[in-house]
Amino acid sequence: MSDNGMTIHLKIWRQAQGATSGKFVDYTVENVLPEMSFLEMLDILNETLVQKGEEAIEFDNDCREGICGTCGMVIGGVAHGPHAGSTTCEIRMRQFKDGDTITVEPFRAKPFKLIKDLVVDRSAFDRIQQKGGFVTMNVGSAPDGNAFPIPKDHADHAMDAAACIGCGACVAACPNASASLFVSAKISQLSWLPQGEPERARRALAMIAQMDAEGFGDCSNHGECEAVCPKEISIGNIARMRREYLKGALKG
Amino acid sequence: MTDSKILDPKIPSGPLAEKWDRHEQENPLVSPGKNRREKTIIIVGTGLAGGGAAATLGELGYNVLNFCIQDTPRRAHSVAAQGGINASKNYQNDGDSVYRLFYDTIKGGDYRSREANTYRLAQLSMGIIDQCVAMGVPFAREYGGTLANRSFGGVQVSRTFYARGQTGQQLLLGVYAALSRQIAAGTVKMFPRHEMLDLVVVDGRARGIIARELLTGEIKRFEADAVVLATGGYSPVFYLSTNAVNSNATAIWRAHRRGAYFANPCYTQIHPTAIPQLGDYQSKLTLMSESLRNDGRVWVPKKPGDKRRPNEIPEEERDYYLERRYPAFGNLVPRDIAARAALVECNAGKSAYFSDRAVYLDFAEAIGRLGKDVVADRYGNLFAMYEEIIGDNPYETPMTIYPAPHYTMGGLWVDYNLQSTIEGLFVAGEANFSDHGANRLGASALMQGLADGYFIVPRVVSNYLAGAKLKPVDTGNDAFKAAEDDTRKYLQRLLAIKGSRTVRDIHWELGRTMWNNVGMSRNAEGLKQAIADVSKLREEFWQNLKLTGNDADLNKQLEQANRLSDYLELGELMARDALMREESCGGHFREEHKTEEGEAKRDDANFTFVSAWEYTGANKEPFLHKEDLKFEFVELKTRSYK
Ligand SMILES: Cc1cc2nc3c(=O)[nH]c(=O)nc-3n(C[C@H](O)[C@H](O)[C@H](O)COP(=O)(O)OP(=O)(O)OC[C@H]3O[C@@H](n4cnc5c(N)ncnc54)[C@H](O)[C@@H]3O)c2cc1C
Ligand code: SF4
Ligand code: FES
Repeated sequence: MSDNGMTIHLKIWRQAQGATSGKFVDYTVENVLPEMSFLEMLDILNETLVQKGEEAIEFDNDCREGICGTCGMVIGGVAHGPHAGSTTCEIRMRQFKDGDTITVEPFRAKPFKLIKDLVVDRSAFDRIQQKGGFVTMNVGSAPDGNAFPIPKDHADHAMDAAACIGCGACVAACPNASASLFVSAKISQLSWLPQGEPERARRALAMIAQMDAEGFGDCSNHGECEAVCPKEISIGNIARMRREYLKGALKG
Repeated sequence: MTDSKILDPKIPSGPLAEKWDRHEQENPLVSPGKNRREKTIIIVGTGLAGGGAAATLGELGYNVLNFCIQDTPRRAHSVAAQGGINASKNYQNDGDSVYRLFYDTIKGGDYRSREANTYRLAQLSMGIIDQCVAMGVPFAREYGGTLANRSFGGVQVSRTFYARGQTGQQLLLGVYAALSRQIAAGTVKMFPRHEMLDLVVVDGRARGIIARELLTGEIKRFEADAVVLATGGYSPVFYLSTNAVNSNATAIWRAHRRGAYFANPCYTQIHPTAIPQLGDYQSKLTLMSESLRNDGRVWVPKKPGDKRRPNEIPEEERDYYLERRYPAFGNLVPRDIAARAALVECNAGKSAYFSDRAVYLDFAEAIGRLGKDVVADRYGNLFAMYEEIIGDNPYETPMTIYPAPHYTMGGLWVDYNLQSTIEGLFVAGEANFSDHGANRLGASALMQGLADGYFIVPRVVSNYLAGAKLKPVDTGNDAFKAAEDDTRKYLQRLLAIKGSRTVRDIHWELGRTMWNNVGMSRNAEGLKQAIADVSKLREEFWQNLKLTGNDADLNKQLEQANRLSDYLELGELMARDALMREESCGGHFREEHKTEEGEAKRDDANFTFVSAWEYTGANKEPFLHKEDLKFEFVELKTRSYK
């Protein structure tokens, strides 16, 4: 829509696969339009790199509309960049000015092993989920969908928590690399629904134990997680998770 | 070359409503315990179809190997579905029924789908909702605690269940939860970041796959007693589409090369409400949910070339063309009709202020009627997304939209049992062709994905395993070795080209050719041009591609090049199929075949069939087989939404 492009300077973390360290490399991209997405700007950069015979910068991405949770970079020091409530792929270049220098880094946290350039391994999240982020029931055994009325506000609370996309920004932003916001979102969602009720105690204990086993740190209420979360998952979920845990431990 | 065959869909006998139950009673089962544990099933894909099938077959006790491209199964592209999922619950007491959902789907598909499959889909729809609720999917609710519904295009009842604007995400997270439970139980083994690159056929049956581990480049062999492909759709053949950038046709195309017929490749759905294209740097088009058409009114300026800002155009100088042309359905006509109508207006020079490829979707009336808060509650997230991209605030300035490639009704041919023309190869979800005919109604793909995944695949695969006498195979078999060698050579060939055009550059060109000639409106001349152009571009690809990196690392350029090589064959087949089909139906509109009012004109006497193409070799003309569509229960009519 606009015809005057910007010049954007980038300092991007490059790390070879299997290497234990990497470094920032400087790049400049010309003719960047405000309506371009941040990833489209990186696409353009990659096109020029490949044309020069250099290896493209690797970054994970898929839906490019903020819902799959695949993308994730620390842009200008902030996980998912400068626009609150957005994923990396939703960031548009209108957030930046002509001549800006932007640093781009991977989501760093001990349990997220760096794979290459900006790509990290978040499989720890899957292993936490496998410990209890489900309702134990088989296909075929469900009662009618309206058999249990659920108050609208409970359903809404459950939905608020269920909106988590598993991106890991909360971990990357936390000084302790805690996964509490992510884990609490799942525990909270199921705790608001009658279907999650029978396994509440077991679920909280098992998921939290796995979170610790993966090497995520403790939550000390910094609140950085909530600030970067693209789905604005509330830190109130962490308090709820603690209550679930205590109830579980007491039943123990 | 073979003789042209008439394919047998193996539809069970009896009245429509009894077919699926009879099928259950008539087919053998595998007994639980050891017998099931010893049967291995490969499922490629972790979307609603693949993930649902993997979890359910795991629950039944089979040994399941489940593959996906993403780093975790929870990111399959089903996650992106916004609007909702249909079910004939009739919770709103507005006259809905299994028959009505079936009929709407057949009519919506312009009488080019198979009755028995569509009926089964409508029957299973209710169980899907029950299942999802029981798994903790937080569907929208009324204050009284019951499930809420909304309306979608092409129907006159309110049967769509939803979870805000994130229905696909919530349904997929339900699937992912069930899958996680089975992974923990040891019945499902998950292979994320693994891409299937070939199908292994032994003695005429699908017995395994070759997959590449995307982080290490390792090429691996996997054997099984049955293989299920649930790898989604192929809209990125147009480059710009609403799909995720990794969506691809590779799994189904490689199976096609091994003998699975490809059905109705030209049936593609162009969704009417995406954010218009802004530039040629773009990597995708962003969908604005169809639910917006519940409250938004579509219009263009009456005067061609009127480039005033929309708020400066007075009411009497606007043409609400959908309401004018289709008074009965208005803004809620089916997708194909809404999309084509936008094309007609734009071709006549009537479009939005900043682009000649955009029309308005206006919420002023809804805001007046409902208040801004209610509108914000319904569509707030979409409005925010729109404003971030376009820079206009839709509460004040009408939104702009334009059609975009979105869904592919075509896919691998399957019979009633979802079995392809290769025995032991099943295809589910968007990857098959089965239920939507020439046009899919909104909120029906999620329904089909879960019907296939939770209910149909588990049953038909069990029946197959119980009935087939399978010899044991192992991955040392010659067929596995040959397929692995082929795959490795193929990738090395790509890296060895060392030309001058990037993957994106060639894919972009393919996309433009497809969009211009095999898009919303097609004619013989354009289609012949597309066949020639795509074949020339394919040649250029194999001579002039430029890649960097190697095949032993994470290398997305190589992954995309490999997928593009398949799109360059599939694109040509789509054009051939569109050229062969001398009629207009649903999403397939041939300019030579229209009514005086410009509506699609079917030719039932000659084209009431499914085309099923057989691969005959690279750069060779494919061979056409047919499945005759028999309408025993529904009368073929001209689709009218007036
Ligand atoms: C933006 C958008 C909105 C939509 N909204 C709606 C809606 O509101 N209602 C509705 O009913 N439908 C909607 N749809 C359509 C619907 O989402 C899809 O048709 C459906 O989810 C497809 O599900 P699937 O299980 O067949 O495939 P997908 O969910 O696409 O899953 C494909 C799986 O296959 C894997 N895969 C692919 N190729 C390979 C390979 N070679 N090797 C290994 N794994 C592979 C992928 O990793 C993934 O796991 C929407 C679609 C889009 C794009
Ligand atoms: S809680 Fe938020 S930041 Fe953390 S994984 Fe979920 S969506 Fe991402
Ligand atoms: S790519 Fe899917 S959320 Fe960013």
